[in-house]
Amino acid sequence: MDRRTYQRFNTRAGRAFDAVNAVVLIGIGLLALLPFLYVLAGSLATELEITTRPFFVWPNEITTASYASILSSRVFVRAFVTTVVVTGVGTVIQLALTALMAYPLSKVDLPGRRTMMSLIVFCMVFSAGMIPTFLIVKELGLLNSYWALILPMAINPFSLIIIKNFFQELPKELEESARIDGANEIRILRSIVAPLSKPVLATFALFYAVGLWNDYMSPLLYLGDQDKWTLQMILRQVTASATLTADDMNSDVPPPAQGIKFAVVIVATIPVLLAYPFLQKHFAKGMLIGSVKG
Amino acid sequence: MTSATADVGAVDDGPLLRPEPPPNRRNLLGNLVRYRWLFLLLAPGVLYFALFRFWPMYGAQIAFRNYIPFLGIEGSEWVGWEHFQSFFSNPDFPRILGNTLILAALGLFIAFPLTIVLAMLLNEVRLQVLKRTVQTLVYIPHFLSWTVVVSLTGLLFAVGNGPLWTTLNDLLGSDTNFLADPDWFRPLILLQSIWKSTGWGTIIFLAALASVDQEQYEAAIIDGAGRWQRVWHVTLPAIRSTIVVMLILQTGNILDTGFEQIYLMSNALNRSVADVFDTYVYFTGIRQGAYSYSTAVGLAKAIVGLILIFGTNALAKRLKQPGIF
Repeated sequence: MDRRTYQRFNTRAGRAFDAVNAVVLIGIGLLALLPFLYVLAGSLATELEITTRPFFVWPNEITTASYASILSSRVFVRAFVTTVVVTGVGTVIQLALTALMAYPLSKVDLPGRRTMMSLIVFCMVFSAGMIPTFLIVKELGLLNSYWALILPMAINPFSLIIIKNFFQELPKELEESARIDGANEIRILRSIVAPLSKPVLATFALFYAVGLWNDYMSPLLYLGDQDKWTLQMILRQVTASATLTADDMNSDVPPPAQGIKFAVVIVATIPVLLAYPFLQKHFAKGMLIGSVKG
Repeated sequence: MTSATADVGAVDDGPLLRPEPPPNRRNLLGNLVRYRWLFLLLAPGVLYFALFRFWPMYGAQIAFRNYIPFLGIEGSEWVGWEHFQSFFSNPDFPRILGNTLILAALGLFIAFPLTIVLAMLLNEVRLQVLKRTVQTLVYIPHFLSWTVVVSLTGLLFAVGNGPLWTTLNDLLGSDTNFLADPDWFRPLILLQSIWKSTGWGTIIFLAALASVDQEQYEAAIIDGAGRWQRVWHVTLPAIRSTIVVMLILQTGNILDTGFEQIYLMSNALNRSVADVFDTYVYFTGIRQGAYSYSTAVGLAKAIVGLILIFGTNALAKRLKQPGIF
């Protein structure tokens, strides 16, 4: 925009609007953050402060008693480790399955491609629902198995189509020359296409990871065995009902009943927040790549 | 979900990749040999879709049978529309439909316009640092699990010491337990949805707004258009097709209230307003083991959703708007 046009923007009313707009948006931004800051402060506060002070983002007296308490719970630590492993293994499997399928589908001369794409799109608008899927998982003997948290949602059709579109738009010259040199498709995918697609693959890896970490429905449906519960299930149990089972705590003093709720929420959230900067770097681009054509 | 809108259209074939056509496209064996590596790569994905997407669709026929696990799907007695009839004549049905539609309407008429407003406010910011900072903040809640969001709500509205419980009761001069009061269930659900999804929802609109030619604004300014006129005559038309696409998707998902949020927010006291299709399927199917009945409920819901999405899409086409198919 040239200077003269800019100045016509820059009227008194324009500046007033800009100021109001800025204040409103900063307020909205803070609203997104404040509940979390309160819980973070609460997780580091004493039991007394939580129950007497209405709202605060900085505790008067900082204590790690709540964290010490949940970390001394075997139930909690096991759930945390389980969730980390399921998320790690699950992300690799889900991304691999998605990318492996996206690559052949990006080849427009592949026989049967149109049919397969139509079926995949059909899966986006219609699904058999919770119970038939549950019964298949049961039939496959996956109940009470961690595979039930990973496999039924292994390929997200949206992600598949976006990755496919991205592969399709890569420059073809490198692939062609490798093909002339006698490389097979697996080799081309591994040494040419995958390296070129790193940002997109990283984005979807993080989406899958966040999905696995946050998943509550799958463990609710498929893990009847309490010993196998994931972090989200434990979080629900702690915040909705009472505490971690009292006899599980290896401590002489009673656990801070309020404090542990705050601390568990924070522990369940922190990994996602740590991944967020990486997610944010790519997601807008990653999410929009597929929609360029539309 | 946001990302999905336009992708669906990208199924079309692009230009042919390989210069020479396959020797004989109808020759199955020839194709298998020629494309063996690609088929090999495709196999795990095809197996996945067969097992976890299409096999359940085949299994959904138990909605028309009295499914007994011991007898298997095909072995169970065929009862036709019985389960559908018993659901539609059940007094639960109008209540669940009403609850679902009210929540959907709140999303459509309050949360959805707020997303557009927020996108337009962000679009008006000329200070890029401010814009990016606010975007960074408002996207965060999208990545938090429903368990975390519901737990946050629980802590904020905790009776006795929750900051929002205290403030709101002081304001209203009441002594309400918001988490248990059926009257507060819907406002809380709406509040959570707005907090979690509004920021993220702006992405698709901001992308559409970024592609607006700046010269259109300059021309409007030179013609003497004020800020509101520019918003009305340039910004809104620019995102009209995006709005239509999002509306189609929202309408198609009108019966999808999101299982996790509703399930986690419902309790013994607010079940009368909290029961929606997804949670009803869970309670009757998983908890009570009425597999056939709950499958029928889920199937009825999915088919209505399918009809809605194709219906609104056709309507959009008729109104000369770009649809999603």
